[in-house]
Amino acid sequence: MTATIEPEVGKGRLRKEDERLITGRTRWTDNLTLPGLVHLAVLRSTVAHAKIVSIDTSAAKEMPGVLAVYTGDDLDPEGKIGMPCAWPVTPDMKSPRRPVLAQGTVNFAGEGVAVVVARSAGEAQDALAEIDVEYEDLPVVLGLENALAEGAPLVHEELGTNRNALWVFDSGEAGSGGNVEQAISDAEVVVKRRFRQQRLVPAFMEPRACMVDPTAAQLTMWSATQIPHILKTMSALTLGLPEHKVRVIAPDVGGGFGGKIAVLPEEIMCLLVAQKLGKPVKWTESRSETMVAAHHGRDQIQDLTIAANRDGTVTGLKVELLADMGAYLGLVGPGVPILGAFMFNAIYKIPAYHFACTNVFTNTTLTDAYRGAGRPEATFAIERMMDELAAELGMDPMELREKNWIKHEEFPYTTVSTLTYDSGNYEAATQKAMELFGYEALRQEQRERRERNDPVQLGIGISTFTEMCGLAPSRVLGSLDYGAGGWEHAAIRMLPTGKVEVITGASAHGQGHETAWSQIVADQLGVPFEDVEVLHGDTQSSHKGLDTYGSRSLAVGGIAVVKAAEKVIDKARKVAAHMMECSEDDLEFSGGKFTVKGTDRSTGIGDIALAVFAAHDLPEGVEPTLDSEAVYDPENFSFPHGTHLCATEVDTETGRVRIRSYVCVDDVGKVVNPIIVEGQMHGGLAQGIAQALYEEAVYDESGTLTSGTFADYLLPSAADLPSFTTDRTETPSTTNPLGVKGVGEAGTIASTPAVVNAVVDAVRHFGVNDIEMPLSPMRVWQAIRTGEKAAGGPGAEAGGGLGSIDAAHGGAQ
Amino acid sequence: MRITVTVDGTSYTDDVEPRTLLVHYLRERLGKVGTVVGCDTSNCGACTVHLDGHSVKSCSVLAVQADGSEVTTIEGLARDGQLHPVQQAFHDNHALQCGFCTPGMIMQSIDLLADNPDPDEHAVREGLEGNLCRCTGYQNIVKAVRDAAHHMRPGAGPEAERVAGADTGSRTASSVGGGGE
Repeated sequence: MTATIEPEVGKGRLRKEDERLITGRTRWTDNLTLPGLVHLAVLRSTVAHAKIVSIDTSAAKEMPGVLAVYTGDDLDPEGKIGMPCAWPVTPDMKSPRRPVLAQGTVNFAGEGVAVVVARSAGEAQDALAEIDVEYEDLPVVLGLENALAEGAPLVHEELGTNRNALWVFDSGEAGSGGNVEQAISDAEVVVKRRFRQQRLVPAFMEPRACMVDPTAAQLTMWSATQIPHILKTMSALTLGLPEHKVRVIAPDVGGGFGGKIAVLPEEIMCLLVAQKLGKPVKWTESRSETMVAAHHGRDQIQDLTIAANRDGTVTGLKVELLADMGAYLGLVGPGVPILGAFMFNAIYKIPAYHFACTNVFTNTTLTDAYRGAGRPEATFAIERMMDELAAELGMDPMELREKNWIKHEEFPYTTVSTLTYDSGNYEAATQKAMELFGYEALRQEQRERRERNDPVQLGIGISTFTEMCGLAPSRVLGSLDYGAGGWEHAAIRMLPTGKVEVITGASAHGQGHETAWSQIVADQLGVPFEDVEVLHGDTQSSHKGLDTYGSRSLAVGGIAVVKAAEKVIDKARKVAAHMMECSEDDLEFSGGKFTVKGTDRSTGIGDIALAVFAAHDLPEGVEPTLDSEAVYDPENFSFPHGTHLCATEVDTETGRVRIRSYVCVDDVGKVVNPIIVEGQMHGGLAQGIAQALYEEAVYDESGTLTSGTFADYLLPSAADLPSFTTDRTETPSTTNPLGVKGVGEAGTIASTPAVVNAVVDAVRHFGVNDIEMPLSPMRVWQAIRTGEKAAGGPGAEAGGGLGSIDAAHGGAQ
Repeated sequence: MRITVTVDGTSYTDDVEPRTLLVHYLRERLGKVGTVVGCDTSNCGACTVHLDGHSVKSCSVLAVQADGSEVTTIEGLARDGQLHPVQQAFHDNHALQCGFCTPGMIMQSIDLLADNPDPDEHAVREGLEGNLCRCTGYQNIVKAVRDAAHHMRPGAGPEAERVAGADTGSRTASSVGGGGE
């Protein structure tokens, strides 16, 4: 009998995770407590660059409830501990030591200077005010070009330069394409632009927190982290701890967006202080601390030159980047802009390509991964460039894109930056998006508004994007000098009652792994969705993993789950054959049952699990377990793509931008759970749109972050965002058995250029060809009136308002 | 100072420092950690609770201001295993991802629906302006609130919440410095 069971994969299952989250029964790190717990508070530098002349902690030590006050020298007298950077992008990369607490000098406003340990968090906070630090100011290095200028003061005197690294890719040298200089000199049309990727704050909603228990058998750390497994290994390496004596738990984690891919000085501090005092300790930051101390994202100056024929055929692309690292290197910070190197050519067939990125130190908070990590920057630049080239040629911007993109019959396609895109169908996604959007009607309305000189002008922005995700084939990471692999681990435990425990190394922090993995396992093993429990985020139960980032969980971790399930079935098949006294070859497995072909004799996986548990009668040589594990290393990235269309109304009298319509059709391959996918798109779009219109981390000339609270840093609210129209096409990935691609970052990567292109399109007839992000009313108004793209100059005004940008020198000033 | 506060149906009497914020009292003294702190400038709304039936950001209310009052947190909404319609709607509409903003978002949504039982999209967006979410882009939150509206009678909420305020129309929240509106 063949029961037709509706597959779980593809079903819009509501999330298992929700129940505890909507009832407040959560385990955020700051909710946890232990007997005898004491609290840490960190004194942070108020200046961006200074010698520490002295730190007087004597008065703080006398404050009520205070157990101890430590400086960097107290915790690390020999000055040997350095926070890890796992991505030395070049052999000669400059890598300054980042201490746990500043020693000798402070290099950015927000760097830790001392730590108080007290009975309560309030008492620890009170004592901070009693610490007296004497600083001797050093010149503050701000702005990328300023930092590289001849005779510029240095962030790290001992390095002799502010240049961290220069990373170059050239298609002529790599043999993947032609010589770009030749292409430019031969070109019929050349367009050059300078774009600025403003600095952003990841702004996960849960502030970071960490608790360490030194009284347990293992030194146990709970942390609001995306990367418990990496954190465990890195903590051991950083402090010389035996790795088997360390356990890391990421309990409920309230968002990350890349901002919680880090090994924090505060985590290391907690480990050191807990061991020193022999007591459990906890550190929880305030939002004001997050803003200055947690890593930022983006912050690049992008110089692009595109060469083309008059008919619109692109013949070459040259990209020169300056990327602000901040004062030190984060865990993967130097590699973030380098990831972009593979994405500037995007969906286009570009015959010659050159990429060079100079990483630069400044006296600012460090930068590192933020949703998209290098790919949003690249996608923004190329998609803006395509619009600029279209304007130069007098072509419709979609027609120009279509002329250059890889056609669906040309896959697999190896790009000029050497990646092989396995599948895609840009025509299909675009056609669907154009229909949903009503492209022609909006163009018509745009013409009418222009003709009647309407004070509210309409603009249409396009972003036809792809991205590389599912980080990553280990050999590719190796070729990029990354410090680890890109595999993922999963294990399946078959319980005697037929229930299933799934262990995954991908550590979720809001994505919905528990639901999606349950769906996958339900299909693979033929068990009910409800009978699957997914365990993650604790290195004791989930001993192996590389965690969650880079839209990798499903495309890598999900496939590991599939592979583990296949092994369970293989083991069960032997036992089933024995139980039913037939050959393994006579069995077929479907819907949770092994059936002897051509008969109605069958046995269910649950019965087999029980038989294996009892182990009374197993075939010769068969271990009494069905439990299995798998480690999956992907052979390729996955390449989601999509067409995003944005219509904006720009009030030319006030500069105000209103998103009138946002339509996107994304191809993320096979979909496990369409509800979760749509949710990821919404959230991603919001963050990308926020970069275009609202957000910016602004420094004043002394290196103080003036957008240092949520009152100043304009995180959009519900009232600031439109409803989105999202749809999908489905071209399965050919490189994994589920046909899935990633979805976590797609919306963020695609949306920013769609919005900016729409605004520029609305006001191009005023002579505007760029406006720097965020496109505040002030900047848009100024651009319309003066053609200036940046309402720059000092007098920084936070909150997506006036930038603090010196247009001539770039970067945060 | 000694205060007596009813939280989620249980009466508590405690000595608190005058500077203690309501949210810290809830979390640290009562263990009501379902209510969370997301910022320190009263912008994010993650700490939103109901004080005498109206939403307040519990980071901008002192514990002593809640003396003699009734506080409902996210932990007190479900009754006998029955979710509040707004909780149910958040689940049904995938209106949460990481869930950190969710307690505040739900408490504010209930308050919004008490004021306006059938809000349009614009009214929901404006009504939730003081609550930040970084995961969802708000679209499903808006959908959830409107969905909940259809499942609730006008002004409906748990019995415990139908005490002060709603019937008389008085808005005590703002008089004690709440920022939940």
